[in-house]
Amino acid sequence: MRDVFTLSLVASTIRLAAPLVLAALGGLFSERSGVINIALEGKMLAGAFTAAAVTYAADARLGMGAASPWVGLIAAMIAGLFIATIYAVSCIKFKADQVVSGAAINILMLGIPGFLSGALFLSSGSTPQIPKDHLLPQSPVVIALVILALVAAIWYVLYKTPFGLRLRSVGENPEAADAAGVSVTKIRYSGVLIAGVLAGLGGAYLSIGQSSLFTRNMTAGRGFIALAALIFGKWRPVQTLLACLLFGFTEAVSIQVRGWLPSGVEIPVQFIEMVPYVLTIIVLAGFIGSSRPPRALGIPYQKEK
Amino acid sequence: MLELRQITKRFGDVLANDRVDIVVKPGTIHAIVGENGAGKSTAMRIAYGFYTADSGEILVDGQVRDIKSPHDAIALGIGMVHQHFMLVETMTVAENIVLGAEPGSTVALDLRSAASQIRQLSEEFKLAVNPNEPVEHLSVGQQQRVELLKALYRRARLLILDEPTAVLTPLEVEEFFLILRRMREQGKTVVIITHKLSEVLAISDEVTVMRDGKVVGRVQTKDTNAAELARLMVGREVLLRVEKNEPKVGRPELEVRKLSVTDRTGAKRVNDVSFEVRSGEIVGIAGVEGNGQTELIEALAGLVDPARMTGEISFEGKTLNNLGARVRRELGIAHIPEDRHRRGLLLDFNLAENSILGVHYRPPMAAMAGGVFLDEGAVQRRAVEIIQGFDVRPPNPALPARSLSGGNQQKLIIGREYRVDPKLLLVSQPTRGVDIGAIEFIHRQLVGLRDDGCAILLVSAELEEVTSLSDRLLIIHDGRIAGEVDPKVATLEEIGLLMTRGH
Amino acid sequence: MPRLARELLFPLIAVLAAFIVGGILILLVGDNPLVAYRLLLGSALSWPDGIGYTLFHATPLIFTGLAVLVGFRCGLFNIGAEGQLYVAAFATAWVGIVFANLSPFLLVPLCFAAAIFSGAFWGAIPGVLKARFGSHEVINTIMLNFIGIALVSYFTQYHYKEPGPIMQTPMIGEGAHIARLGTFIPGFPERIPLNIAFLLALLCCLLVYLFLWRTKWGYEIRATGSNPFAAEYGGISVRKQIILAMAVSGALAGMVGINEVLGYRYRYYDGFSDNYGYTGIAVALLGRNHPVGVILAALLFAALQHGGIYVDGFSEHITKDIVQVLQGIIILFVAAEVFFKWAIGKRLPWKNV
Repeated sequence: MRDVFTLSLVASTIRLAAPLVLAALGGLFSERSGVINIALEGKMLAGAFTAAAVTYAADARLGMGAASPWVGLIAAMIAGLFIATIYAVSCIKFKADQVVSGAAINILMLGIPGFLSGALFLSSGSTPQIPKDHLLPQSPVVIALVILALVAAIWYVLYKTPFGLRLRSVGENPEAADAAGVSVTKIRYSGVLIAGVLAGLGGAYLSIGQSSLFTRNMTAGRGFIALAALIFGKWRPVQTLLACLLFGFTEAVSIQVRGWLPSGVEIPVQFIEMVPYVLTIIVLAGFIGSSRPPRALGIPYQKEK
Repeated sequence: MLELRQITKRFGDVLANDRVDIVVKPGTIHAIVGENGAGKSTAMRIAYGFYTADSGEILVDGQVRDIKSPHDAIALGIGMVHQHFMLVETMTVAENIVLGAEPGSTVALDLRSAASQIRQLSEEFKLAVNPNEPVEHLSVGQQQRVELLKALYRRARLLILDEPTAVLTPLEVEEFFLILRRMREQGKTVVIITHKLSEVLAISDEVTVMRDGKVVGRVQTKDTNAAELARLMVGREVLLRVEKNEPKVGRPELEVRKLSVTDRTGAKRVNDVSFEVRSGEIVGIAGVEGNGQTELIEALAGLVDPARMTGEISFEGKTLNNLGARVRRELGIAHIPEDRHRRGLLLDFNLAENSILGVHYRPPMAAMAGGVFLDEGAVQRRAVEIIQGFDVRPPNPALPARSLSGGNQQKLIIGREYRVDPKLLLVSQPTRGVDIGAIEFIHRQLVGLRDDGCAILLVSAELEEVTSLSDRLLIIHDGRIAGEVDPKVATLEEIGLLMTRGH
Repeated sequence: MPRLARELLFPLIAVLAAFIVGGILILLVGDNPLVAYRLLLGSALSWPDGIGYTLFHATPLIFTGLAVLVGFRCGLFNIGAEGQLYVAAFATAWVGIVFANLSPFLLVPLCFAAAIFSGAFWGAIPGVLKARFGSHEVINTIMLNFIGIALVSYFTQYHYKEPGPIMQTPMIGEGAHIARLGTFIPGFPERIPLNIAFLLALLCCLLVYLFLWRTKWGYEIRATGSNPFAAEYGGISVRKQIILAMAVSGALAGMVGINEVLGYRYRYYDGFSDNYGYTGIAVALLGRNHPVGVILAALLFAALQHGGIYVDGFSEHITKDIVQVLQGIIILFVAAEVFFKWAIGKRLPWKNV
């Protein structure tokens, strides 16, 4: 009996952590290049909505069947990329405040899905149901493997390729990178755009993986939890993965906790929900080791000041 | 090898480079000397593509080149070691060196072959570093070697070194010069930007002297000497000699005993300094900028964390060490800071608001409702008083400080600090970026304040200014007092040598 | 160009540009933008409902706009108004429930104090964290939003829940109710929840103006925001200003609780905020961080919010979500002010001012 619980807890941890991992690793690219990414939430929403809408359309209107979630997945990446482009142009080209632009993206993406679903599906904020067998794979083993492969790939890119080296240097000391002949602008664009693609994927997994439709504001703050995981993971891929797993675990526990306890005893779910946020504040204040953000985080790069 | 023709560069209303011509011959060590702000670094940053010139052209190997970014300069074989190192501290030596010019393919960074190449270069030029060490663990001397290797790794034929010896100990300087000579032997060309004349004479083949954004001299090192270079460097149109009487010196106001100040990185900026300033006298501190003057004044003004200071600062017998800026002001210490934009002004605030900074919280400024509300009338009156008394133009208290010229901004600050009737005035670079007319005015005001019995500590990089105003003159070098001279009898050359060589 | 015109120009351009982009989106989904905008904005002018509800919706936005403004003026970005107003609304309701039997003369001030001080407390936390540990207020305010919302949701669910399916507390004591404006204004129905809190919001605009521009404390806060190094030089403790500004900011956000709990629902209702805290960022930015601008921007967003209902009801394709879309685009345009300067031409007469 106990084993069943444990096993199901592991499975649900992996499932719940998956979108966080994707978004957090996306945020990692952006923040390691020196651009704050509080817009992860908005990008996830863009991905989630697009994935659900396109998968539904591919399935119901074009009859693409089991291929449709993959079409939806690609569409979600494009949506994430599109939103990230707006963000990148605003922050990098026009040197707008990164936090303000991020907040703008988040507010915009609270509205856009509802706006489009109203127009496309005559519904208020959700997309039609997609048949259960036309969703992304749910098997925790598959997800775990994909996540591990992704983290390994990102680790490799970050630490073992010229691009990774340039990305890290631009986030730490853009002037030094510039002096060494690296184009700060190009690298930052890449960082922000990769973040958009990954966050879009994370959102897609919410709507056509964990669920079978898009509902209004379905990310419910997961973009911010991903941001928290990134900070908690000290802007490193493996630690960020572990942080996402921890936060996925707390979410899994908060869902399953009621079933375990003898009747009459309750652990308020709200306290479990708070864990990621409280941990982030504690880490940021420097109580658990030192957590140092990329040094140039949030500062537009300006020559000849 | 490298030639700058008629390079002009303007930053806002400051003309940093005014039709600068510099010719660097291949296979030589070429020194560019001048005081801080003379435009040396700007010219070289333009050559390296860090800045773009407003006009003029750059020739490399006799051909006009369009250098838009460091990337272009690197491709032409130019390398630069900046005064503040351009290193990513969290990364290793090898990572820093290869950054932007990585070996291996796009999908695989080959740090191993990089490391062996770096070892080979270190061998060749005797620049010992461990490629796998993180830069943040290195001493500044080692970091400099990394910077040199960075340029050499990119096959630079011309190396521009901006104040390379500023961070080195005398022993390291010797070693460093050996490296430069070795480079010259290997056929490299070196440009060294410096203000230390002894070093110029020791290492360079040719010298270009700059002053106020212009080139004022080109000489062969073997044909010149320190005195001539010092005169070229600091000499400027002779200002009117300041009219002043013998000082009526009173009791000591400020006493500094064995003061040392470290910066955030732990480096000692002020080293075991002792002196006193008495009422009715102006004590000048001469020195090349960056020798601890800034830290000294900030420590006296209460802007340095007490944890970074040792020794004692006392004012009228009272120890100041642990008192904040506000209390020190209340005791009668005023401060005209060296950087008016960073410290002295709230650029977005209007003149009236700026004229009360530091006294904004006490009567008569904050008088209404138990001292909570600002008394608009009193603020305006004070602003008008300062604006009129110090001839701030345009005389409109409602204008933002940003809209004033440098000279008028400075007059506003001086007026504000005079207005509190200080017993001790700390002044840094009072006439930087100020036009001639205003300079005279500011000088007269300083002398007037001294005659009224104020103790004044004056820091200035303008030798002429500090010698003509001071009653006693201390020379600071490398955070230490290198000597005291009588400004009435000391010659510029004598002071210039103390400033640039130390003892 | 005169100062007022200059101050108004960019916000106006930003709004106009956002409406154009929004109009294109509306066209794309197959509706007529002019009809949609008429529904959206036109309804706000009807008497008494349009005007009444617009002013009612504007009330929380004025408070949160002011909250963000005070932070900005100190160089801080308070994204935490959302959490601050939740904590404060619950605290207000708690006082209203626990001391329900007190006389109105005591209870109302007590509830006001609860709203103000609990908001200030929740706002001061990121201030202290920044002043003491240097941790970034943006991240901390975001985190504290979620913590605060979870916290009050816990108290509502486990300690003060009204029996039934809805997550809300019982009613507060009658003595804690504040009057709706319908009681004073003839012809203005009392069913419209516009209440005294709106007047309080206007008063707060005046107070914030006086505080920031007429007191020594405001001077110190603004000096810190303008140039912390110069502030330090002038004998101002930058750390204290950070904490003070965040506390004042939180207090202003907290006053949303007065409107919501004492003037509208008479209880704490979990999840009541329609992103007021986040919209406050848009209000402050569009209002160019000036109290008068905040009122104007809050009115615009409130009118849109009210009009959104009509869009939902009367147009074929578009939904009230258009309101948030417009808000998002407006902030993007305001944020990238440089964009307009760039688009209009490289040299503007006031560029160097």
